[in-house]
Amino acid sequence: MIAHSIFFYAFSLIAIISAIMVTASKNTVHSVFFLILDFISISCLFIMIGAEFLGMIMLIVYVGAVAVLFLFVVMMLNVAQQKNQWFAAKDSSKHIPIGLIISTLIFVEIIIVIGGWKYKPEIFDINNSLTQFSVSNTHSLGKILYTDYIHVFQISGMILLVAMIGAIVLTFRQRAGVKRQSYIKQISRERVEGVEVLEVETNKGVRIDD
Amino acid sequence: MDYLSIIFEQTYKILFLLVPVLVSVAMIVWLDRRVWAFVQKRQGPNVVGPFGLLQSLADALKYIFKEMIIPSSSNKVIFILAPIVTMTLALIAWAVIPFGATQVLADINVGILYLFAVSSLGVYGIIMGGWASNSKYPFLGAIRSAAQMVSYEVSIGVIIINVLLCVGSLNLNDIVIAQKNLWFVIPLFPMFVIFFISALAETNRPPFDLPEAEAELVAGYQTEYSGMMYAMFWLGEYANILLMCAMGAVLFLGGWLSPLEIYPFTLIPGAIWLILKILFLFFLFALVKAIVPRYRYDQLMRLGWKIFLPFSLVWVVLTASFLFYFNLLPVN
Repeated sequence: MIAHSIFFYAFSLIAIISAIMVTASKNTVHSVFFLILDFISISCLFIMIGAEFLGMIMLIVYVGAVAVLFLFVVMMLNVAQQKNQWFAAKDSSKHIPIGLIISTLIFVEIIIVIGGWKYKPEIFDINNSLTQFSVSNTHSLGKILYTDYIHVFQISGMILLVAMIGAIVLTFRQRAGVKRQSYIKQISRERVEGVEVLEVETNKGVRIDD
Repeated sequence: MDYLSIIFEQTYKILFLLVPVLVSVAMIVWLDRRVWAFVQKRQGPNVVGPFGLLQSLADALKYIFKEMIIPSSSNKVIFILAPIVTMTLALIAWAVIPFGATQVLADINVGILYLFAVSSLGVYGIIMGGWASNSKYPFLGAIRSAAQMVSYEVSIGVIIINVLLCVGSLNLNDIVIAQKNLWFVIPLFPMFVIFFISALAETNRPPFDLPEAEAELVAGYQTEYSGMMYAMFWLGEYANILLMCAMGAVLFLGGWLSPLEIYPFTLIPGAIWLILKILFLFFLFALVKAIVPRYRYDQLMRLGWKIFLPFSLVWVVLTASFLFYFNLLPVN
């Protein structure tokens, strides 16, 4: 148990420190790297409480894909040069009240959820149905997702699909004058179309592109 | 005292896994160069040691004694961190590869997800190296590489789903045992081919070595690296290639199972079979490097998104319906 709590405190300490560093570090790219460190330590915490599937999905989706896109955007926008002077700049103090309101809201929400869970555990039937199966985390998650919550699951999938198609429609534009490679055209070219044999008179030459 | 003995035992196990992996990485580099040379009717490295086997050792020594140059305009911490991240990620994934029914360092029940997660983290070493170098070619190489690895991971993920449908478990040992009667390479042969090609792209091997295309980008993200840091990138890259071969062997070629469960084959331990399968896949990797010209970048993206992804998705539907129709779905 001692080793368990040592690891727990180590990971949570790393998570909190890197979360602070995300906002406090001067270089934006460093912020993204701290965000990645935060994701990784949170997924370690997930694995420690026995939610190994969630932890791995967190690693694959957030660290492996979302954070890569973050990094891309931050690097391409060249905000690395703009110093993010959070503590020094006078303008940033304007945003502190908004930040405080949002963080208080999130804190209250978490208190309500955890308090309700502690006070009346029976109203959270996900919790009950999880304990029915004496199988691994992944199996029980699959059994719930694909039976009781299949509609919610499919609706969330549809929302993601719509969002994806929407993003493609918004950014896709057909530009004129772009040379595109057509594989069919290239392969189906015959010798007759490609080569022309001419009788060239001496000192006359051939005019190309007529 | 209990903790100490556990720590010592685990350290011993980890060393027993890591040292052979590192040695085989060195050997595999030699094999790669030899195969490449023989296809082109050259001799390849054949001077240092018997058949040139010690060539990689000589190279490594050379890298150790060279000076490490850190560009003055680079971001030094991230610049040094990048090869370390690449190397570490390439090595920690070996923890879940089963070398036998019990010979596995960490027999976790989401083994395949762990492998997938670690291989998707591999892109960070490259992005960090490319960005921290603060130079044009490394940055271009890093961007190419990130886009390439993210795109091909998608199709690898879908291929893994195909295999998992037939197994019903995320544990790598269960995946191997499920192939006792029939290796998945036979029913899922098109998926094996796509997995092989995606693995080439995922590890930046030719014909998809655009991140380090020497004709365009000098050496891509490794341009500014020298000495031991370059060697670490290089070791990490080959360890990743071996890992992809091991993944292919476990998913499709039956892992540590022997090809036939009859007398002379069963004498050979499972680890040897796994190593032989990894070597076979690596031989194919080396052959591809020698015989296929490099892809253009837009062709690479087209192949990943417009051909492999739809094809493997359709194959998921086919596999699922086949298993469902014939009532073969694994239920536990």
